[in-house]
Amino acid sequence: MLDPVIASRLQFALTTIVHIIFPVMSMGLAPFLVYFTWKEIRSRKPIYEQLRRFWTKIFAVSFVVGTVTGIVLEFEFGTNFAAFSTVAGELFGGPLALEGMMAFMLEATFLGVFVFGRERVGDKLYMVSAVAVGLGTWLSAVWILIANSWMQTPRGFELVEKGGREIVTLTDPMAAYLNPRFPFMFVHMQNAAVLSVALFMAGLGAYYVFRHHVWGYPIENVGFWETTLKIALVALVITAPLQAVHGDLYARHVYETQPQKFAAMEAVWETDSYVPEYIVAFPTSLADLTDPKAKEIFGIGIPGGASWLASGGDPQATIVGLNEYGEAPPVAVVFWSFRIMVALGFWFILLGFWGVYRWWRGELYEDDLLHKSLMLSSLLGIVAVELGWVVTEVGRQPWVIQDVLKTSDGVSPGLTGAEATLTLAGFALVYLGLLTLYTYVVVRIVRAGPPTGDDLRVVEREEATPAGVTVDD
Amino acid sequence: MTEPLSLSAEPLFGLPLAELWFGLLFFVLGTFLFLDGFDFGVGALFATRDDHDEREQLIAAIGPFWDGNEVWLVVFGGMLFAAFPVVYAALFSRHYLLMFAILGALIVRGLAPEMYEQREDDQWQRWWGRAFVVGSVTAPFFLGLFTANWALGASRTLTVPGVVVGLAVVALTVVDGAAFLRLKTRGGLQADLRGAAQRAVVAYLLLVVLALATIYATTPAVRSALLSAEALALVAATVCLAGGYVLAIRTDRHYLAFAAAAGLVFALVGVVARLTYPYVDRVAGVTVREGIVSTLPLNLMSIGAAVLLPLVFLYFVVLYSAFSGPIEAGESY
Repeated sequence: MLDPVIASRLQFALTTIVHIIFPVMSMGLAPFLVYFTWKEIRSRKPIYEQLRRFWTKIFAVSFVVGTVTGIVLEFEFGTNFAAFSTVAGELFGGPLALEGMMAFMLEATFLGVFVFGRERVGDKLYMVSAVAVGLGTWLSAVWILIANSWMQTPRGFELVEKGGREIVTLTDPMAAYLNPRFPFMFVHMQNAAVLSVALFMAGLGAYYVFRHHVWGYPIENVGFWETTLKIALVALVITAPLQAVHGDLYARHVYETQPQKFAAMEAVWETDSYVPEYIVAFPTSLADLTDPKAKEIFGIGIPGGASWLASGGDPQATIVGLNEYGEAPPVAVVFWSFRIMVALGFWFILLGFWGVYRWWRGELYEDDLLHKSLMLSSLLGIVAVELGWVVTEVGRQPWVIQDVLKTSDGVSPGLTGAEATLTLAGFALVYLGLLTLYTYVVVRIVRAGPPTGDDLRVVEREEATPAGVTVDD
Repeated sequence: MTEPLSLSAEPLFGLPLAELWFGLLFFVLGTFLFLDGFDFGVGALFATRDDHDEREQLIAAIGPFWDGNEVWLVVFGGMLFAAFPVVYAALFSRHYLLMFAILGALIVRGLAPEMYEQREDDQWQRWWGRAFVVGSVTAPFFLGLFTANWALGASRTLTVPGVVVGLAVVALTVVDGAAFLRLKTRGGLQADLRGAAQRAVVAYLLLVVLALATIYATTPAVRSALLSAEALALVAATVCLAGGYVLAIRTDRHYLAFAAAAGLVFALVGVVARLTYPYVDRVAGVTVREGIVSTLPLNLMSIGAAVLLPLVFLYFVVLYSAFSGPIEAGESY
């Protein structure tokens, strides 16, 4: 039997790591779906109906799996982290309740109209439902990230003795909910979601474009995939550079507000100035992998780079080392996750510009190396999101609320190792099944392809409708 | 600049916010049990239909609704966390395995109809059909067990009155689901449901009587609450509503039957709330006034709920009016 603290932490890690895939898909798809619906209604071109219907199927299945895995998280604060919930409930419960009322309700009700209602409602209400679903997914992120960012940079509260323990008491709601971390987290996460979906779309589009144009294996609706690829490339070339620029600001902010996490990201053990930034780090021994130390690791470092990054321009800036703190997070996990995430980020920028350049040259359908790179990268956006969250959540250990409450003190006091191990094993099994099923269903949807021919509502007209003119049914 | 002090001094307008939130919490629980209740009931009734087309109709009937309905449970969890954080923490960790049983049942129930529609394959549909039934029956059972444990202050998870209440809730969801399907279907299926609806409501009444008897016998702490005027009135209302339900079913007044089912759900939740009060966590001896969150967040949440809940009802009106009337042939995913 595992220790209840370890089992609870593993279970929360497992359930969030699996859950986040589905919100990334739905939040990332949301702006695309709003765009497709708008274009379908305005332009009356069949391609937009195809795009809207095909991607709505993926959205719907992601949303369902996201719902059932999301409820688990909301309950787990009470079941496994009762002490945390008691201490922080006053600040933490509110955002969750508001998320339910303001965002989740909007999303779940209008999703019914959006998925099932094309034949039942008029264009206007249908457009409203697309926007409402999209808005709902993004508002959800606002409240969840408010709750999370408050744990990273807690503000607007004081500790008050109540029932024999120190309870977080809200004193300044604006300071608490608009805490310093929130805007960074929100921009980084939402942009990452769109970027991840753009990569997913580009990968699928590239696969069919490659089969049709390079292999010469005719694909009936290759036009659909060509358009998918182009739309995805546009999104990619915008979001990927933005993510890097913003990520730089975010890292600086972490240095200022969570220096311990920053030291773990850079594996700085001893306080030092003029700390190099290892752009590329090679583990030369097993110890480098499991116990990286900035001073010993072999890599290509920019002298003073980490100091420069942290301070926003001063290569001499001091970074306080991990030895100065009582307890360090698992540095290896944080250090390597951060490096791989950043490397992926730069790879996405390269992919975006590469694709757009080929498109501009009129060679988008011929460059098979580009196609293969896009295919291999189709899931890497989600991988980068996972790694980013690992940096965020493992990096703040041992704290569950930075400098206020340790994770080990947050676990339910009455929980036994047997109970926690049982549910952990159950989740491992069920979520493995869930991921397999989700993958299976998405693959089936992709194989079936977009709706075509008689199945479409919008029929290609002889005379193209002038752009910007709405045609009523 | 906001002035947090004015909101942290006393409850808004001097209202008894602790009691109002206690009431609101049970109202939200009732709304969930009524709305998702018919989804569960449809899932249970799914077991009684063999015909492929009829099964498709049952799934199509709840297709646009169930996800939104289930969100009421999310809102319930969030509100309990926000208004009574201590209770949320104590209650959920006390019934640890039961909470995960509820979650497991909800996962199965949510996935099954979605998966069922993915493939036209007998074997595949048989298994997902079974999963749909199992999820739809176990979810309300565990929820009933949980609610009874909460109200009666059971520190153990498996109790006799809890199990009886769980079964009663399952019967109630079938009552609810049958009324809903009578609205959404036509022809032979609709006629067949007449018998199922009446059997379910009789079973529900018997289980309610049995539940009341076992609660009276096993839980002295709630006897006085059980014999209070409010509780007795709600029990009497349950009997009348059940009679009205049977009458409405027999005379094909579908909306009336559906409304009676709603009345039955809220009457049951009302009894549960009455048994719980004045505690909000009987095991820990925490009363509503003691468990409520401090004034500033309470006021903020109250403003939030007052603004947002009417909007939420508006969304449901839009959704249900877009899909009013019987399912049309071939309407599915």
